[in-house]
Amino acid sequence: MNIAVTGLNATDNPGPGIPVIRSIKAHPDFNGNIIGLIYDSLEPGIYMEEMANKCYLIPYPSSGLDMLLERISAIHEKEKIDLIIPTLDSELYGFAKIKDRLSELGIKTFLPTIQQLNIRAKDNLFDFCTSHEIKVPKNILLTSSNDIYKIPKDFKYPVVVKGIFYDAYIANNFDEIKTAFHKMSAKWGYPIIVQEFIKGNEFNVVALGDGTGETIGAVPMKKLYITDKGKGWAGITIDDPNLLNLSKKIISKTKWKSGMELEYIKSEETNEYYLLEINPRFPAWVYLAPNAGQNLPYALVQLAMGETIKPFEQYDVGTIFVRAAWDLITNLKAFEKIAIQGEI
Amino acid sequence: MNSFNIPPNVAVSDTGFVFLPTTGETFTLNEIGKEIFKQLQQGKGYDEIVDSILSFYDIDKNSFERDFNDFVMQLKNYSLVVEL
Repeated sequence: MNIAVTGLNATDNPGPGIPVIRSIKAHPDFNGNIIGLIYDSLEPGIYMEEMANKCYLIPYPSSGLDMLLERISAIHEKEKIDLIIPTLDSELYGFAKIKDRLSELGIKTFLPTIQQLNIRAKDNLFDFCTSHEIKVPKNILLTSSNDIYKIPKDFKYPVVVKGIFYDAYIANNFDEIKTAFHKMSAKWGYPIIVQEFIKGNEFNVVALGDGTGETIGAVPMKKLYITDKGKGWAGITIDDPNLLNLSKKIISKTKWKSGMELEYIKSEETNEYYLLEINPRFPAWVYLAPNAGQNLPYALVQLAMGETIKPFEQYDVGTIFVRAAWDLITNLKAFEKIAIQGEI
Repeated sequence: MNSFNIPPNVAVSDTGFVFLPTTGETFTLNEIGKEIFKQLQQGKGYDEIVDSILSFYDIDKNSFERDFNDFVMQLKNYSLVVEL
């Protein structure tokens, strides 16, 4: 079996590609090759030994889906790809749009639908949660600088100011909202989201939905160490049935198909979980899941290949991941190969 | 003095390392803290605990009661003990 995976950017803001590959390769039944699909010749995953058997540069989805499909077809002719697992937020809409054309080529995917991707978009999540009685911080969408003056009075400071795709700032007063608004609208465009700040601890769940509403597996984690970019650099699996039941409810209501990460905050005041985000792919810490007893990336492979699998029922509580920075040494020849020929 | 209950999923090791699985938090107890925590876990009440501690440690009952109350207050703050 030949599986192509994107997101080999194992940087300080890591893509999930390498942990997805590690998980798949860790499964005793896996027998095949991994093809890395990369956007940059310095993605660290290219140079990691025993990860991808081959790597190919592909164009950014923003260059056009026809170009992307053409490149994948060319790679497919050489490698006979059975399955593609895109792992980056920014490419998921594109891959969801070309999945039928990939299928015609004989390449399988296991992706959320466009409708599911829209539900979890930051400008729609509030409505989804309120209609299903899922706690979510109050928010307002700003589509022009005049909208800053329309923020309701019941929004107490601090508030969180978020970009539509990435970035979030905590603003302690009106002037800080204005600064954050201009910074983010210049970078990410509109709308900008102003969200109620819930004081409490953050919890994350990595999960896999089969597309019918069934949860194949879910592992909750508490971040033990957070970088200045807000990325978890260490974490521990925890045992909280409330958190798991809430995650299963979200998967059931969305009929989620694919891997996902659910981000919550547990209010110090009420002890209730508030859903902050649904990330429509496995997180960069997904390798914790197989080590806690649920190999969710390999389960996704099985589902994509049409196998029927039983949902996971348990996992080891207290399993810890600690991320590490590690210098890889390569040579000019390898770098030249990927930069000039687009493959290695 | 009230009785206390330690949630069944809270684990304490022989070294005094405590793990709260619902939140992922960990704590470290000193020798006497570990001893009291284990006795609370066994369901012992204040009277039993005070007898056992005073028989091993050189401390008067009033000082122990004050320290015990402070300790239990901290355990309650971290959801490591529930007052019955």
